[in-house]
Amino acid sequence: MADVQLQEFESKQFIVFSLGEERFGIDSLKITTIDRMKTITRVPKTPPYIKGVINLRGDIIPVMDLRLKFNLPVAEETEETRIIILKLEEVSIGVIVDQVLQTIQLTGDSIESAASLMNSTIADYILGIGKVDGEIVTLLNFDKLVKI
Amino acid sequence: MDMSQYLQIFIEEAKEHVQSLNECLLQIEKDPEDKDVLNEIFRVAHTLKGMAGTMGYTKMTKLTHDMENVLHAIRNDEIKVTSDLVDVLFKCLDALENYVNSVVNTGGEGDKEYKNVIDALNEILANKGTVKTPEKTRSAEKPAQPVNEDKYLTAQMQLDEFEKNAVNKAKDMGINALKITLVLNSGCLLKSARAFILFQTLERYGEIIKSQPSVQDIEDEKFDNEFTVIVVSKENEQLFEKELNSIAEVDEVVISTLDKFDTDSSSAASEADKPVVEAKASETVQETQKHVTEHQESPKPSANNAPKKTQRTVRVDIDRLDVLMNLVGELIITKTRLEGTDITEKPQEYHETLEYLERITTNLNDAVMKVRMVPVETVFNRFPRMIRDIAKDLGKEIELKMSGEETELDRTVIDEIGDPLIHLLRNSCDHGLESTEKRKELGKPEVGRINLTAYQSGNNVLIEVEDDGAGINIEKIKNKAVENGIITREAANSMTQQDAIELLFRPSFSTADKITGLSGRGVGLDVVKTKIEQLGGTVEVETQSGKGSKFIIKLPLTLAIYQALLVNVGGEKYAIPLGSIYQIYNWSAEDVKTVQGQEVILLRNMVVPITRLADSLEVPNREEQANQKQLKIVIVRKGEKLTGLVVDSVIGQQEIVIKSLGKLLTGIKYLAGATILGDGNVALIVDVNSIT
Repeated sequence: MADVQLQEFESKQFIVFSLGEERFGIDSLKITTIDRMKTITRVPKTPPYIKGVINLRGDIIPVMDLRLKFNLPVAEETEETRIIILKLEEVSIGVIVDQVLQTIQLTGDSIESAASLMNSTIADYILGIGKVDGEIVTLLNFDKLVKI
Repeated sequence: MDMSQYLQIFIEEAKEHVQSLNECLLQIEKDPEDKDVLNEIFRVAHTLKGMAGTMGYTKMTKLTHDMENVLHAIRNDEIKVTSDLVDVLFKCLDALENYVNSVVNTGGEGDKEYKNVIDALNEILANKGTVKTPEKTRSAEKPAQPVNEDKYLTAQMQLDEFEKNAVNKAKDMGINALKITLVLNSGCLLKSARAFILFQTLERYGEIIKSQPSVQDIEDEKFDNEFTVIVVSKENEQLFEKELNSIAEVDEVVISTLDKFDTDSSSAASEADKPVVEAKASETVQETQKHVTEHQESPKPSANNAPKKTQRTVRVDIDRLDVLMNLVGELIITKTRLEGTDITEKPQEYHETLEYLERITTNLNDAVMKVRMVPVETVFNRFPRMIRDIAKDLGKEIELKMSGEETELDRTVIDEIGDPLIHLLRNSCDHGLESTEKRKELGKPEVGRINLTAYQSGNNVLIEVEDDGAGINIEKIKNKAVENGIITREAANSMTQQDAIELLFRPSFSTADKITGLSGRGVGLDVVKTKIEQLGGTVEVETQSGKGSKFIIKLPLTLAIYQALLVNVGGEKYAIPLGSIYQIYNWSAEDVKTVQGQEVILLRNMVVPITRLADSLEVPNREEQANQKQLKIVIVRKGEKLTGLVVDSVIGQQEIVIKSLGKLLTGIKYLAGATILGDGNVALIVDVNSIT
């Protein structure tokens, strides 16, 4: 499944962000904005990883805490905390990340399949593993994220 | 002098005047002695005449002038106001409306003279008030009207060889070939649906071999008010004339018989086709028909190609415009301030200004949305006249009560909601309400009542059409459905009432025993349903045998604005729609009683259940509330019942714009949406109806 998706692109730009010690990458074309933390209004009766909704220039956008979604320990909000606003299949959603690091350009051959990781909690969202200058970036495909 | 710059103003004002004439005429019919209303009518007619004269619309001026003469005579007590006279005046209004519509569409008043209306007016003057019955006038004018089909664009159709052959073949077999031009009433709604009925009627008696414009274009409503068809049929033209004229909203039927075409020039070509042509005439005809539909090659008359010039406008409350102006003013000031602030020297001030800018733009967004909101009144105000006419047609006495006209909806929704409502109202008049005699027999008030109500609930606008008629006959629907083969008898027997009602919304389903001008052709409820669903809404039906039925249209209001009460619950802010609030109480905590685990209070001897919002909404950090001596309770209406919502404090009333929570978070219990507060933060809106 992941292999099929890998072959679809020649070269793509990814935004790299960190969650704890790990680095993740998201296809930059799916990103609308990267915003600082702002007041989030809690919405009752939603799963705990939905932090609530924010006002993004007049639109109400749900915000998800990626740490909670990925079963990572809760972290303090810092100056570096960001909300990345993604647009996935007509649905906009914000994800809270620890820090946004850089943008990278990856070609198909510098991405490895993540089949060996398929029993992890985030297996559903992994597109592959990217290698940049000896570092490892987990590339995420969030299209499934909008179906909670 | 170029008048085009005043055209828009003319249209706006003329429409307004026609509407106010409509209202005044309804009033004068009820109370013929009311001089104030009469003066008002006179004044409006006079203004219209002046306006039309200035714009150079001579036919309109003539009509209003003659109208004025009659009104003048009424004012001088020379003529008495009678129902027939009001009928004639209403006809004048229709004519005026047609003129205005013609101006909207083409920029000119058109060629129609409405001679019959003017004659009727002059006759009233001459006979001092006695009006010929409309039937007489109609039959008298009919032969006088020249059957000049050249005036209809679509009548000038050309047939290709194949179609000519089909006509010739039919002629050879002694079958009539007719060219029929059908002109729909200019006020006809859902023209394509009406055309569909006409086509069905035509096909019952014959085969259509050509249509101009093409069937596809007619289905897509890409035609003016007329179309022409060539029909081959064993029946004669008298039958067609009678059948077609009996269909509502058809203004004119022009039928001419086609002679054999001279096809000598193409005889060689048709020779090759001989085996086909020699087949049964009806088969050929069917093929021809297919051929026409498939290729749609009939040339369209130029009038249909011209895009409609209609300018869509919104009338805006001046206060709302002021808000908009102020916001734009502030926007410019803030922009200047931003330009003058050095980010390195005063970062604090820079960021503050930026934030302020964001707030202004959000408010600006809201203000623009508010400008788009229009009260449903603009749709509702044409209904009293419509109901009057229908009541006259049906010989029933009907009273229309409207409420909630001030409820606001987005302009785009307002534009679409008219047709479905007309269908529902007609439905109520015709199917719902019993005849006057029947009502007398049943001991009901003779005057049938229809209530048209609009109101807001949660993030929906509800429009209800309720009548006190016979209710929906479930058995009759089932029988009809079985008869038509839609369902089996077994399925019908096991059907619930609600499922049976759903059958009504099927295309071409009708329970009417006889076809009237209003209903019985199965066009209606399915159209209503489709339209409402297009707007993202739903239609529900409640019915009680013998007591009446109620159609409830529910429209989402993603753009709607309404008054809400902002409250604090724990550390969070929530909005409660003001419309559903009954009262706000300070209640001593000791007076809360428990009935079967449910907390209740006694409010003037009524047992009212209470809900602690903090619990329902799972608000964190809420231990304080448990120790409170005083409870702030917002009593809300939940359907017919009352419920108390316990909140921490009340912030105040505010106008809010409802926003959807988005696809990801739809259908969350207790919430009707969200709104953005003045500080840019989001507050959630409580759905009073679902909270427990």
